[in-house]
Amino acid sequence: MFYRETGQFKTSYGADQQIFPIRQDRIGIVLLLAVAFVGVPALGSEYFFSAILIPFLIFSLAALGLNILTGYAGQLSLGSAAFMAVGAYAAYNFQVRVEGMPVLVSFVLAGLTAAGVGILFGLPSLRIKGFYLAVATLAAQFFIVWCLTKFPYLSNDSSSGVISVPGVSILGFDFDTPRSKYLLVLTLVTLLALAAKNMVRSTTGRAWMAVRDMDVAAEVIGIRLMHTKLLAFAVSSFYCGVAGALYAFCYLGSVEPDGFSLDMSFRILFMIIVGGVGSILGSFLGAAFILLLPIFLDIVLPALSELLHLPFDGATVSHIQLMVFGALIMFFLVVEPHGLARLWQIAKEKLRLWPFPH
Amino acid sequence: MIKKSKQFIVAAAVSAACLAGAFGPAQAAEEQYFMLPSYRVGPYGANGAAWYGGFIDYLSYVNMKGGIDGVQIAWDECETEYNNAKGVECYERLKAKAKAAPGPIHVMSTGISYALVDKTAADKLPLAMMGYGLTMAVDGSVFPWAFPLVTTYQMQASAIIKFLKDKNAGSLAGKKIVYLYHDSAYGKEPILALEAESRLNKFELVQIPVAHPGNEQGAQWQRIRQEKPDYVIMWGWGVMNMTALKTAQKMGFPREKMIGSWWAGSEEDVVPAGDAAKGYMSATWNVSGKGVPLIADIEKTVYGGGKGNLSDKSKLGTILYNRGVSAAVLSVESIRAAQAKYGKGKAMNPEQVRWGMENLNLDDARLKALGATGLLPEVKTSCDNHEGSGKVKLQQWDGSKWVVLSDWLEGNKALIHPLFQADAKKYAKEKGITPRDCAAEAKKK
Repeated sequence: MFYRETGQFKTSYGADQQIFPIRQDRIGIVLLLAVAFVGVPALGSEYFFSAILIPFLIFSLAALGLNILTGYAGQLSLGSAAFMAVGAYAAYNFQVRVEGMPVLVSFVLAGLTAAGVGILFGLPSLRIKGFYLAVATLAAQFFIVWCLTKFPYLSNDSSSGVISVPGVSILGFDFDTPRSKYLLVLTLVTLLALAAKNMVRSTTGRAWMAVRDMDVAAEVIGIRLMHTKLLAFAVSSFYCGVAGALYAFCYLGSVEPDGFSLDMSFRILFMIIVGGVGSILGSFLGAAFILLLPIFLDIVLPALSELLHLPFDGATVSHIQLMVFGALIMFFLVVEPHGLARLWQIAKEKLRLWPFPH
Repeated sequence: MIKKSKQFIVAAAVSAACLAGAFGPAQAAEEQYFMLPSYRVGPYGANGAAWYGGFIDYLSYVNMKGGIDGVQIAWDECETEYNNAKGVECYERLKAKAKAAPGPIHVMSTGISYALVDKTAADKLPLAMMGYGLTMAVDGSVFPWAFPLVTTYQMQASAIIKFLKDKNAGSLAGKKIVYLYHDSAYGKEPILALEAESRLNKFELVQIPVAHPGNEQGAQWQRIRQEKPDYVIMWGWGVMNMTALKTAQKMGFPREKMIGSWWAGSEEDVVPAGDAAKGYMSATWNVSGKGVPLIADIEKTVYGGGKGNLSDKSKLGTILYNRGVSAAVLSVESIRAAQAKYGKGKAMNPEQVRWGMENLNLDDARLKALGATGLLPEVKTSCDNHEGSGKVKLQQWDGSKWVVLSDWLEGNKALIHPLFQADAKKYAKEKGITPRDCAAEAKKK
């Protein structure tokens, strides 16, 4: 009922090929963007922006990057955090070393630097596949962190190796409040997500999916494997690099190489597994699940234990939170192995038939 | 008879208080609020539990003794797991509550404190980093809201060199010292100071990094064996310390020639190393044990009253527990200093607490009154010196407890402090901060 597209006739190729061909989807996305750009900034509190929404958007972007590589092009990677580190340090260096460099330009250059490094570490993918490739990208993870620790030049000779980023200012406007930073991050993430959505339904995206499904067959029908795989590494690393730059400039304000650890790469991988491999929406859902659920539990559990008069101290609550979190991940994966995005798809199909299912 | 009448008085007082609470006009209780982004789970959970246990026990102790001149202390804990992003989340969650009357914020993590330096300055909340964190914040003209109180890694390194110099009849010329460090911000900070000391005292410095977490150090100790140094100064953390001690034993390097930093000198570091730790020395800015009257009194009052925070009471009196108590003493004394200026018995706002931290004068007389003589050094802060002391003691592990070897040793301030100022100046330039004029402020007073 809600999703019936009866009566929506397409009279031109343009109309048929738009990103959201169903009217309800278009209305939905416009409403969502309106809420995100107008409603949330008007109502949200400082805590909401700087501790929840900004990290959520940044990690969504990183998950989106990994999803392009792993979900669409089928190349498993464990180096996402390292590519974020490249982005963060590159943006910092462009800002500090080049006088008068606009912040947005340095974000783009950071993405391009990460893309370059991504291509370099993507080279082994031409010969090795699957888990073996994951091990090769693991090398990127360790090498890049080691490199950033080893060479003081990369952290502008900071005696501690930690970089503290300068403020963000675009065309004379200072992004110094959590609200303005949120709007900046939201704008960038929206643009990049739309670009990704378009990319995956273009020739490039179809080539990625062909390679993912069977690379020999893809080669036979004329897809250049090297070009396609390396492009996937480049685009994916670009997204991760921009996410890393935002992580440093709009979220933490100061970062150290050790912060971009293997642990973080795994978290990003879990985001796409829980959210949905090979789905743009899944990247956002997964990031929300992995990032926000622990915070939610952290706030709810102590209140709950007080309400029920359970003798829990802080440490016990933290342990319970970890257990509940782990159990929920397993629950969702058992119930729906294709991730949260698939749940949303099923819901849409049901809504289409409602209230008259067969 | 006397006892009975005392009981009666107490009972009467309690019932009167209850009546007042029930019927009297609700008095606006003055309250100072501490946010505690603590950690009790995760890889460093054991350290955090001891430190925050000590911190909270002292706050309970102050409350039980009537508060800070009548102002009661409240606090909330938030689990950070020693993770930077979680630490920032905790800070953002609790800061609204702390805006009115905060206590100094302690995060006990260099990474989290780095992330909070800018945020606390923007929110105007006082951040304390006692023995960790951003050391160049010693220069209060660039960092009005951040306080690396008591002492810093650089001053500690310098004090260790001084200790070695005294041991070698006043000269280290021609000696060879290996600096074995955790390859992170924590381990890298003292390098500049040690290099400056090596130029000044003409000893050879060999730097050997250990990658995190440091549970395999065969290559590093092989190199140490080849270098044949006179001493090894170690900046380790967590599992790295235990591994270093055990590997040193295996390679036959005498532990009596190893000196650790204060994060490499707690019971948690040496007990797991067992026999290998005997004779090992470390720096510390607080002593261990229950010999200090204050610690004994906390045990009697707080644990006697059933309000103790430690679930494992054996941690009472350990290095980290006592360090938590020391940090709490300094925080409460800062608020006392602020009250002395802005009004006793009132909750202090952030600006007033900041003033208290910047004008803290914890001398021996005051330490004695608190029962904390010898627990921590004297601390006197000012606008251009947010460190306030720069002194450490050297201690040695005898196989069952830490034995204090020296009196308070001060690092070479004339050599080290200019390094901070140079760093702070660079930082101010990068960030576009205009430093305060400390000299002018001092004159105005």
